[in-house]
Amino acid sequence: MQFGILINEGPYTHQASDSAFLFARTAIEKGHTVPRVFFYHDGVNNSNRLATPPQDDRNISARWSKLAAEHGVDLVVCVAAAQRRGITDDVLAPGFRISGLGQLVEMGIQYDRLVTFGD
Amino acid sequence: MLHIVNKSATERGALESCLAMATKGSAVLLIEDAVYAVTNGSAAAAKIQAAAADLKIYALGPDLAARGMAGRVLDGVNVVDYGGFVDLVAEHNSCQSWL
Amino acid sequence: MSDMDEMDDGSGIVKKFMFLNRKAPHGTVYALEGLEVVLITAAFDQDVSMVFTDDGVYQLLKGIDTKGIEVKDFSKTYRALEGYDIEKLYVDQKSMDARGLTEEDLIVDVTVLSVDEMANLMAEQDVVISF
Repeated sequence: MQFGILINEGPYTHQASDSAFLFARTAIEKGHTVPRVFFYHDGVNNSNRLATPPQDDRNISARWSKLAAEHGVDLVVCVAAAQRRGITDDVLAPGFRISGLGQLVEMGIQYDRLVTFGD
Repeated sequence: MLHIVNKSATERGALESCLAMATKGSAVLLIEDAVYAVTNGSAAAAKIQAAAADLKIYALGPDLAARGMAGRVLDGVNVVDYGGFVDLVAEHNSCQSWL
Repeated sequence: MSDMDEMDDGSGIVKKFMFLNRKAPHGTVYALEGLEVVLITAAFDQDVSMVFTDDGVYQLLKGIDTKGIEVKDFSKTYRALEGYDIEKLYVDQKSMDARGLTEEDLIVDVTVLSVDEMANLMAEQDVVISF
């Protein structure tokens, strides 16, 4: 089954991105696919490669990048939300790209399920 | 339909709104801070137990454990891991997060 | 609109999309950015419903004046939805009652639904996006 995931909150302040990551990783482990994750609202901040959490903490953007590299997950950051928050191509972690809200709507149309994680 | 609630019932109205609008036979999964609602002695315990007559109530085990609540889950609530979360989404035709 | 008209994903699939608004405007960005998603969805020829429950009903109030807080007043945009063929606007009766509001207080024409009617509408959706 194909799962689309929508993340509406940024890293570290809310649990949303952590819950979404564990859901995505588990879905893939169980043989499902996660073709795309869409980052909206403050969720766009998950894409920032400049974040440097302490060594003993999880690196949220890096683990999304790793999941994308290993399983072909398309990590899409909403352009309008990103521009509001100063997220540009220059700061994107590997595997993330900036695109329009149409990419979110497409997930709803094309995939079997759309699961939202937010506040 | 699978309803997903992630906010504490003593902080927000999401659980109450969800329970009011979940149709008979649908499933409600509590994750993150919402899991406190399904523990013994919580303010929402009576509501959860009443709702369990018509709805299937689930709670995410890793979130219960992370909050020290793994041993305090109300009878009639099904505890699932992330694999169970994925299965619930797959088994229901649609899902909705009560943000 | 010409750019948006070309955003049809070509699959020919029409799904029932519900946008569920449960939050008041201005205190958080969800109402504004949620509205932006609805406007984009309009270009994909899907079966769109917009629902306002809980504090979400406050988004539709007449007489909103944001000059003093220096943020954009997007409440007029709800009136423009019709032009995007977004015509199914529903509000929850119980949420209105709990806030002392009636249809007269709202900036657009809406269909008022009971909790049971709203529950059934929700249950028949393919995709629910909640802000």
